[in-house]
Amino acid sequence: MTLTARHRAYWRRNLALTLGLLALWFLVSFLPGYYATELNNIVFLGFPLGFYVFAQGTPLIHLLIIGIYVLIMNRLDKRFGVDEHGR
Amino acid sequence: MDLKLLTYIVVGLSFALYIGVAIWARAASTGEFYVAGGGVHPVVNGMATAADWMSAASFISMAGLIAFLGYGGSVYLMGWTGGYVLLAVLLAPYLRKFGKFTVPEFIGDRYYSRTARIVAVICLIFISFTYVAGQMRGVGIVFSRFLEVDIVTGLMVGMGLVFFYAVLGGMKGITYTQVAQYVVLIFAYTIPAAFIALQITGNPIPQLGLGGTVASGEPFLQKLDAVVQDLGFAAYTSSSMSTINIFAITFALMAGTAGLPHVIVRFFTVPKVKDARSSAGWALVFIAILYTTAPAVGAMARYNVHATVNSAVTASGGDLFATDSALLYEARPDWMRRWEQTGLLKFQDKNGDGRIQYYNDKNTSADFTARAEAAGWKGNELTVDNDIMVLANPEVAGLPNWVIALVAAGGIAAALSTAAGLLLVISAAISHDLLKGVFMPRISEKSELLAGRLAAAVAVMIAGYLGYNPPGFVAQVVAFAFGLACASLFPTILLGIFSKTMNKEGAISGMLVGLGFTFGYILYFKGIFITPMAENIPANWLFGISPEGIGMVGAILNVVVALVVSKLTAPCPDHIQHMVEDIRTPRGSGLAHSH
Repeated sequence: MTLTARHRAYWRRNLALTLGLLALWFLVSFLPGYYATELNNIVFLGFPLGFYVFAQGTPLIHLLIIGIYVLIMNRLDKRFGVDEHGR
Repeated sequence: MDLKLLTYIVVGLSFALYIGVAIWARAASTGEFYVAGGGVHPVVNGMATAADWMSAASFISMAGLIAFLGYGGSVYLMGWTGGYVLLAVLLAPYLRKFGKFTVPEFIGDRYYSRTARIVAVICLIFISFTYVAGQMRGVGIVFSRFLEVDIVTGLMVGMGLVFFYAVLGGMKGITYTQVAQYVVLIFAYTIPAAFIALQITGNPIPQLGLGGTVASGEPFLQKLDAVVQDLGFAAYTSSSMSTINIFAITFALMAGTAGLPHVIVRFFTVPKVKDARSSAGWALVFIAILYTTAPAVGAMARYNVHATVNSAVTASGGDLFATDSALLYEARPDWMRRWEQTGLLKFQDKNGDGRIQYYNDKNTSADFTARAEAAGWKGNELTVDNDIMVLANPEVAGLPNWVIALVAAGGIAAALSTAAGLLLVISAAISHDLLKGVFMPRISEKSELLAGRLAAAVAVMIAGYLGYNPPGFVAQVVAFAFGLACASLFPTILLGIFSKTMNKEGAISGMLVGLGFTFGYILYFKGIFITPMAENIPANWLFGISPEGIGMVGAILNVVVALVVSKLTAPCPDHIQHMVEDIRTPRGSGLAHSH
């Protein structure tokens, strides 16, 4: 396969998206631990917020990150003409 | 109907279901044996991945860990769900595009080296056998408690069943039995949780009930915190998560999840790159159903245990320290008698009053020790093993017998589905990577398939042996598999996709250093098969990182060594660089195939 400018642009977009989502992943996975005591003073849905983030919040945001990735990547594939045609 | 008979019937029915599915989905070709023919729908694959992934540790141990560590146990929840993010955005789509049968095959082709492939096989075998030992142990525990057979018999039955459908059906058989096992295990987990949430908080959805209120109108979590703190324990919702060690453990769990071969190969079974992406999302949906239930199960099980042994927990204005509040040992409920027989629950009457005082006698605050002394308490009298929280939960809450039987079937489903996935990647590594890839490239498809089945059979037996003589406890052993995967396969695959110039010398030395360092560190402190060489205490740890989290350091070493060595050795050939460019775009993906 020869690499066209289009392929390079596609890969740059892909990397930008991946890095952006990983930054979000890092933020929600590692940061709340450091501020847990402060977060626990806030009540959310009957939970201390810090506890909620760990028990349900982070897993749900992880799910959301994958959802965003799937949607945007599928659209990028089409826009840059690198999607898989129906087999 | 008597509980034992009912349990036999429910577990027996679930086995009949798996066997039926396995006969229906048996594999006829190597494509079907290794990757289920490559035509698995992404949602189906997501469900199979969830069962493949959620092991005996997730089902049996996790809620118990959270119940007793409270917040600290949630590191597993985060680490394990976060791993799917890494898998979805960094590995799954590219490996699917590459379109081969096994993880070592990718590493061997990408690094144009048989040696790299063999090293990858070694890493895979280390990881998978460590992990499978934990699963077989889980099968043994469930069998011995619920079916009241000894651990050896339990192991034999479990091995026989896995042998049947993994050997006969290969990946195709495993995929569809895993779907059936997911259904069994998720019902087994959520039904008791719903019952208990309803009993305690009036809300049948455990995730919401956890934030609900108890009968007196007090918020449940506040009530639980008050009870456990009064008894000298740390608050359930409090946090102690700020050290480098917790960071390292979380990271090792995440990267380890993404680097587990039996999870990665599940993404080789879907038809397209796009399906590999969405399938990771579906897997996490199915996993999250159980994982978000776990903190509720942990909290409510813990509350119920306290309520059982101390009547002041539920009585309004009750005094936890009053003599009458503590349960009389003679009046203990049946479930306590049953679990005492397994040794996972122990009572020792330290103050000789015939009552059970359950509290934290390690608490040294003056106020608390004064109160305990005034009440005539002479030390904690009840020892509750983490691992019984989920299994004993329905009995503690007094749920109907069929729910208890269902939990037994669920625990077995969780352990078997993971064991089967592991055994398959082990057998594929031997028949496809070693035999066909290295030693006998001209082997016919038929012979390769036979070799795969034989390898699976041998692997089942070794797994059974390791389950009987386990190197450690279930959760502990499994935690090390993550460290090994995090330090060896994950960085090497990642570099293979995101660096065009990484060469074979770099990859091989990186993998060896990562695996060797991590394995050595664990042996040094834990001495799995040998005597530990140093005491496993924070003062002795490197950078304050425990053996559970050392995989992070191993991964960093792997990457650094790989980068340095690759700069000093011959560059990666052009055709390999083109191959890497090709796996970065979805167009042109075909069915998974062998060369």
